[in-house]
Amino acid sequence: MSPDVVVLDYGSGNLRSAVRALERAGANVTLTSDFATALGSDGLVVPGVGAYAACMQGLRAVRGDQLIGRRLAGGRPVLGICVGMQILFETGIEHGVRTEGCGEWPGTVERIDADIVPHMGWNTVEAPADSVLFDGIADERFYFVHSYGVRRWELTDTHAAMPARVTWASYGGDRFVAAAENGPLSATQFHPEKSGDAGAALLRNWVRSLS
Amino acid sequence: MTLAIRVIPCLDVDAGRVVKGVNFVDLRDAGDPVEMARVYDVEGADELTFLDITASSDARATTFDVVSQTAEQVFIPLTVGGGVRTVDDVDRLLRAGADKVGVNTAALQRPELIAEIAHRFGNQVLVLSVDARRAADQPSGFEVTTHGGRQSAGRDAIAWVRAATELGIGEVLLNSMDADGTRDGFDLEMIRAARTVTGVPLIASGGAGTPEHFCEAVDAGADALLAASVFHFGTLTVGDVKSALRNAGHVVR
Repeated sequence: MSPDVVVLDYGSGNLRSAVRALERAGANVTLTSDFATALGSDGLVVPGVGAYAACMQGLRAVRGDQLIGRRLAGGRPVLGICVGMQILFETGIEHGVRTEGCGEWPGTVERIDADIVPHMGWNTVEAPADSVLFDGIADERFYFVHSYGVRRWELTDTHAAMPARVTWASYGGDRFVAAAENGPLSATQFHPEKSGDAGAALLRNWVRSLS
Repeated sequence: MTLAIRVIPCLDVDAGRVVKGVNFVDLRDAGDPVEMARVYDVEGADELTFLDITASSDARATTFDVVSQTAEQVFIPLTVGGGVRTVDDVDRLLRAGADKVGVNTAALQRPELIAEIAHRFGNQVLVLSVDARRAADQPSGFEVTTHGGRQSAGRDAIAWVRAATELGIGEVLLNSMDADGTRDGFDLEMIRAARTVTGVPLIASGGAGTPEHFCEAVDAGADALLAASVFHFGTLTVGDVKSALRNAGHVVR
C-alpha cells in the first residue's frame, strides 16, 4: 500500500513539482488545505516559498500551525521544505521584522552572511551517519534557494523528547541547517522536489519511513 | 562545500513549440520543449530556462501547458521569461510549475513591479533579464535594450542592475546583444561591470562558442552560465562544458 501524503496548499508557488516528485517517490498524494484530510494522512508535507511573515500568515489562515502541532503530538510525520522548514522554528527575522513561527523547534531564522545572496544552486551537505533522509545520498548535491537560514541548532538532547539528527550546509563562510530529523518531524532547507535524482531518493527515503 | 557553477540551457518557445533550429538526432520530436527539457536534464543541466516568444495572446495558454508538463516530468529548477507584465502573470506561471520568472521590459517601464513581485512571492522567484549592448554614450559603456535588442531603453545597463538589486530581485540574467549568436565568447567586461554593482547571483548569457568561453565568464564573476545554440546544435553538450569548468578548477555538479 502506498502511504497517503498531503501537500498542504496554503498559498501560491510551485506545488505541482512537489506533488509529482512525491508521487514518483511512491506516495499517494493529495494537494489540499482541508484540516481533517491533512490531519489524518500518513504524512504531511509543508512547502513554502517567499517571505517568512507571508508564509506564517497563509499557514495560520488554514490553521496549519495547529495542524502541525496536532500531528506531532500524535507522532504523525511532517516534512517541511524551504520556508516550510523555517516556519517550524520559533522566530524569523527578515528586514528587521521579527515574526513568530510555529515554535516546534527553538531557534531563529536570520539572514545568511555571504557576499552573494540568495544562496542559489546545488550544494553539498554534511549529514550525520545515522540519517534516514540521506541514507545512500549523503555525498550528493541538492538545490538550495534562500536568503535566510538557521545558524544555531538550539534543541539540546537533554531537553528533547527525541534526539535530533541535524545536517548542515556551508556557503560563503556561513554555515546553517540544511535538514533536521527529530522523531516525526523532518525538514529540509533545500528543495528535494527540484534536486533531480538525489532529491527523488531523499523523498523515497522519507515516504518509505511512513509505512 | 562550495556551491556549484550552474549550466543552464535556454529554449525559445513559440506557441508551445521550440523555435530556432535544433538538431538533436536522438529526439522523436525536436520541437517539443518537454522532450528537450528531459534530454538536458539527463545531460546534467542544473536548471532550464524557457523564453516565451509567443506573439499572440491567444496562444499564450499553450505556454502554461508546456510549463506544467515540464514541471511534472523534469525535477530541476525551471525559469520562464518573456511577456511577464503583472504580478498575476507571475502567479499564473508559478502555479503552472515555474520556479522562477524572468522580467525584462515591464520592469524597465514600471520598476515598482519588482518590489510588488518580491513582496508577494519573495525575491528568489524574480530573475531580472537584462538585454544589454555596448553604447559609448552611457556612463558604464553599456545600455539596456528592449524588444529583443531592437530598441534602446535609453538607460545605462549597469546602473539598471544596481537599481533593480535595491528594489529586490533574486538574480540577474545578463545577456550581451553584441555577443549573442557570435560564438566569439561572452562579453567579459560587461560581466565584470555587473558583478561590481550587484550582490545577487549573476547568470551570463550571449556569445558562448567553446568550453573555454564558459570558464572565462566564471573568472569574470558569473555564478551561472546560460546558452542556447551551442547546446541545441550539439556543438557542445552540458557535460563538455562541465568537464572544462572542472578542469579549470571550478566546482560543478
